Amino acid sequence: MTTSTKLRRSMLFLPGSNAAMLSTAFVFKPDSIMFDLEDAVSLREKDSARLLVFHALKLRNYRDMETVVRINPLSTPFGLLDLEAAVRAGVDVVRLPKTDTAEDVHALEREVERIERECGRDVGSTKLMAAIESASGVINAVAIATASPRLIGIALAGFDYVMDMQTERGDGTELFYARCAVLHAARYAKIDAFDVVFSDVNDDEGFLKEVELIKRLGFNGKSLINPRQIEQLHNAFAPTQEEVDYSRRVVAAAELGERQGLGVVSLNGKMIDAPVIQHARVVLQRAQASGVRR
Amino acid sequence: MKIVKEAIAGTLESSDVLVKVAPSDGTLEVVVTSEVEHQFGAQIRAVVDETLIRLGISEGIVLVEDKGALDCTLRARVQTAVLRGGAVKTLDWSAL
Amino acid sequence: MSNNVQTRLAGFALPAKVEVFAGVAAHAPYLSSREGKHERKISKSLEDAIRACGLKDGMTISFHHAFREGDTTINSVVAKLAEMGFRDLTLAPSSLLSCNSPLIAHIKSGVIRRIYTSGMRGKLAEAISNGLMDNPINIHSHGGRVHLMDCGELAIDVSFLGVATSDSFGNANAVTGKSRCGSLGYAMVDAARANKVILLAEQIVPYPNAPASIRQDQVDFVVKVDQIGDPAKISVGAARITSNPRELLIARLAADVMEHAGYFEEGFSMQTGTGGSATATARFLEKKMLQKGIKAGFALGGVTGSIVDLHKKGLIGRILDTQSFDAVAADSLANSPQHWEISTNYYANLTSKGASVDQVDMVILSALEIDLDFNVNVITGSDGVMRGASGGHSDTAAGVALPIVVGPLIRSRIPTVVEKCTTVVTPGETIGVLVTDHGVAVNPNRPDVAERLQAAGLPVVTIQDLYAAATELVGKPRPIEFLDKVVGVVRYRDGSVIDLVRQVKG
Repeated sequence: MTTSTKLRRSMLFLPGSNAAMLSTAFVFKPDSIMFDLEDAVSLREKDSARLLVFHALKLRNYRDMETVVRINPLSTPFGLLDLEAAVRAGVDVVRLPKTDTAEDVHALEREVERIERECGRDVGSTKLMAAIESASGVINAVAIATASPRLIGIALAGFDYVMDMQTERGDGTELFYARCAVLHAARYAKIDAFDVVFSDVNDDEGFLKEVELIKRLGFNGKSLINPRQIEQLHNAFAPTQEEVDYSRRVVAAAELGERQGLGVVSLNGKMIDAPVIQHARVVLQRAQASGVRR
Repeated sequence: MKIVKEAIAGTLESSDVLVKVAPSDGTLEVVVTSEVEHQFGAQIRAVVDETLIRLGISEGIVLVEDKGALDCTLRARVQTAVLRGGAVKTLDWSAL
Repeated sequence: MSNNVQTRLAGFALPAKVEVFAGVAAHAPYLSSREGKHERKISKSLEDAIRACGLKDGMTISFHHAFREGDTTINSVVAKLAEMGFRDLTLAPSSLLSCNSPLIAHIKSGVIRRIYTSGMRGKLAEAISNGLMDNPINIHSHGGRVHLMDCGELAIDVSFLGVATSDSFGNANAVTGKSRCGSLGYAMVDAARANKVILLAEQIVPYPNAPASIRQDQVDFVVKVDQIGDPAKISVGAARITSNPRELLIARLAADVMEHAGYFEEGFSMQTGTGGSATATARFLEKKMLQKGIKAGFALGGVTGSIVDLHKKGLIGRILDTQSFDAVAADSLANSPQHWEISTNYYANLTSKGASVDQVDMVILSALEIDLDFNVNVITGSDGVMRGASGGHSDTAAGVALPIVVGPLIRSRIPTVVEKCTTVVTPGETIGVLVTDHGVAVNPNRPDVAERLQAAGLPVVTIQDLYAAATELVGKPRPIEFLDKVVGVVRYRDGSVIDLVRQVKG
């Protein structure tokens, strides 16, 4: 069973057109930082934002963290130029919005490979992320999630999805099926699953409630639009001291079992199998990253 | 290469820069004003000049109003203004 | 035969300088009438009071600046003095702000010849930085101002003190009445030391007025005026709770430092300044205080609403207030028995018999620049022009157990961490920790603190690392060029000269 070794709890969205934000956002240290060239940027500023992001990506401060660029769909006049800029500037992951079919991913993949060859970047080094924003996307989630070895995750994008479903954002009922579908597709494909943006930055309680829910469901992380949410999210994802202590014992038992050449590991008389040991490792990884829950 | 029409890129917000380009009578005139003129004026001018050279711009009027932008922002805004000014037809990524 | 004094003293040789009793009102003519007794200090006009005080050309006048950008007293009094033809005066307000730009004209015309102040801003500061005055101004800390008075260098001839309410005798405060600025901490010092004290009062109230921040036995004259200042402008930019994510990040980190540095115990004491990060730090600290069940014994300041909020929640026992930065603080001073007004002598004077700064555990300070030796500049901007104040910075840094400077590493393209400060106001040896959005630097002279912060998992780096990070992002700024002429002399809190501000070139 493979696990993503990269923590992706928090993905901070930045409007690619905001020079001041691009100049400073690295201080917030999210697990991933996403430069948006799509919905956050007006039509008139698409070219401007593209170049701002192209140059910002080269700052050492951003190379030290995982970078993502959300390009415009390839069907728009902007998408391909966005892709050229992002790949050539060395972005880690390209996020494709409004992914409805596996073919959308394949089309993207072809362009990415072409650009990598043209600019001398290691072929395969540019990863992909697919955003599911419609009923079609949800239905095709498994096909999308398995469409390319470059995919590191699929994300559910709430706003456009609920519009397509002819409803509106509310207490989460409207996302119920989509969340489950995206999650299952991700697990099947062995890639990460990301939840929607929580847009009310002043509603701390609502945010934490949603984070608790998606954490329980098994999401790897969530898209964020305000740096304030990063610390809150990381803390909610952080294990409690009890969970850490237990996980340490599990890992110790597993290592002991391995050294003794035992096929089956047990702790306190209970059998512990591979998924339990793996989960314990993830718990310790999260504790390492942001300490124990406060 | 020359600027063929007037164009603007950027804003006057803090940490940004407003770049205006216009056609000229055959010369290249670059005027830079900055909030941090004394501390970084020379550096800003150098980045603007280098960006124009790499794009092959030899003719035009370029007005730069800086509000403390980092070099990466300066480059991006100058390039955007020049591209909007119709000087460059096909984008050569290596020139950016 | 009437009982007269001549008879009673017959034959007795009086010692030198001792007089014979000459009547009840011989030395106090005002005692002859009831009106005389009660109204003798009430001046019909400011002009009358000025004349009655015997002000002459070349003398020293003083003011408080508790109304900060909302002050109207300094400008109006100096304008009146100009009108009356006074010249060559030494101006010694506790500080000056950008609202004092009308003083430029009076400097040019020779009304004001010298200035002592904690700081200055705006057009006045620009003009002086560009060589407006023949004599360099003296820049002092809040505590240092009192020391200069006590050692005789700054001898105030007439002090003009704006107060919200006063009775006919001069018992005055700024916690009752209309324009309430709260603590009169600066004014209390002048009232005690100036040769003559004139109160400019918005409201004359029945005797005896209480509380008496300024007392009847300190006051010579009381003048009724329409307005002493606008309290709404006190906290312009100063005390609002920020929503700026970067300021919040720094504030959270500062609160983490306060939690783990080794001083966070039941009964600890603290001071936070103004500015977005400082006030937000109090909010983050509150969470930790609740989590760990720790209460602060007292807070000192420079008091803002966020400190009062903690006090009201029972998390801070007492507040010692030398300046109220907003209406919440002013109201709390008026209403809370555990919120006290203190003079700047009591607050921070090195040579007083006791300065509260010495009792404080942790203080949050700001900085325009901080250099590789942790020296701090709070007076000159990166362009060499004055735009700040010495204030309580060097006082608190010297007295407080752990001084913590907070600020963004870079403001627009201007780096906060520099190789050498343009102007040193607070010596680096007194600064314990620097908190920025790029990490925390601990002064090498506090290895115990560094160890604790590192053990707590905080992002501890060296100040050289921060300098390198700033340089990488913005490049190396060209050093400001100055002319030889000295426009400001920076006085450390003990009166010694620690640095000079020279005239900016061009």
